[in-house]
Amino acid sequence: MTARRSIWDLANPRRFMGWSGAALPWAWTLATLLSATGLTWGLFFTPEDFRMGHSVKIIYVHVPSAFLAINAWMMMLVASLIWLVRRHHVSALAARAAAPVGLVMTAVALATGAIWGKPMWGTYWAFDPRLTSFLILFLFYLGYVALWQAIENPDAAADLTSILCLVGSVFALLSRYAAQFWSQGLHQGASLSLDAQENISDVFWFPLVLTMAGFVALFVALVLLRTRTHIRRRRLHSLSLKARLA
Amino acid sequence: MIDFGRYAFDIWLSYGLSATLIGGLVIWSLAEARTMRRRLREREE
Repeated sequence: MTARRSIWDLANPRRFMGWSGAALPWAWTLATLLSATGLTWGLFFTPEDFRMGHSVKIIYVHVPSAFLAINAWMMMLVASLIWLVRRHHVSALAARAAAPVGLVMTAVALATGAIWGKPMWGTYWAFDPRLTSFLILFLFYLGYVALWQAIENPDAAADLTSILCLVGSVFALLSRYAAQFWSQGLHQGASLSLDAQENISDVFWFPLVLTMAGFVALFVALVLLRTRTHIRRRRLHSLSLKARLA
Repeated sequence: MIDFGRYAFDIWLSYGLSATLIGGLVIWSLAEARTMRRRLREREE
């Protein structure tokens, strides 16, 4: 008789180390190929925008990083909920692994947005709804990373960071939809939309989507790599405890 | 080299900063992974 297999088996640390080890080279390769192609295409082979001139090239680093900044938090939210409900350690470690990636992506989105804002709006910063909610999201990322570092008991740290993640999700969603909620902000609407009227022109759209796919692959590669590191750290910790008790 | 006109500084600054931050994260993650793998191997031997 064969045992019934479920998706949760993949979260078993031993199984996770097996399949993630096989998936990692593919994720790195995809990330490198897609990002390099998208960025080279966007930077060197697209025309000027009729309003923004060559400054539109900043879109190829700004939009993918902003997209990941929000969605990394959403991934952390799902992983945190799985931890809270099912107590799968790998899901808590995956959320922990994703946080520095989200933090860096939020920093990149804020920095490139400020650099782009100066020539477009005449200022690096304004307390616009989307910009402000992104800044708050950045602070949530900092708090989340700091909380993991501050608490020694890993289960208690996973519990508290999961709750912080639930609260921060409001700002992650706000960052995504702020431009639609409040029309008085400086920030334009979404660059990519299902509504063809709102979407950017095809000449910018194709390299942008390619770069975004590359950034997503990079996110997957980094989260897998960092989760594997956290699993090894935990194993090392338990071996050290055993050795001390023996 | 393509001329980005008056936005050249803004564009290169954006790409340079992004490459530094993301590249730094990748290098740090790889270094941390390598250290942890080595330490665990030493402990298990």
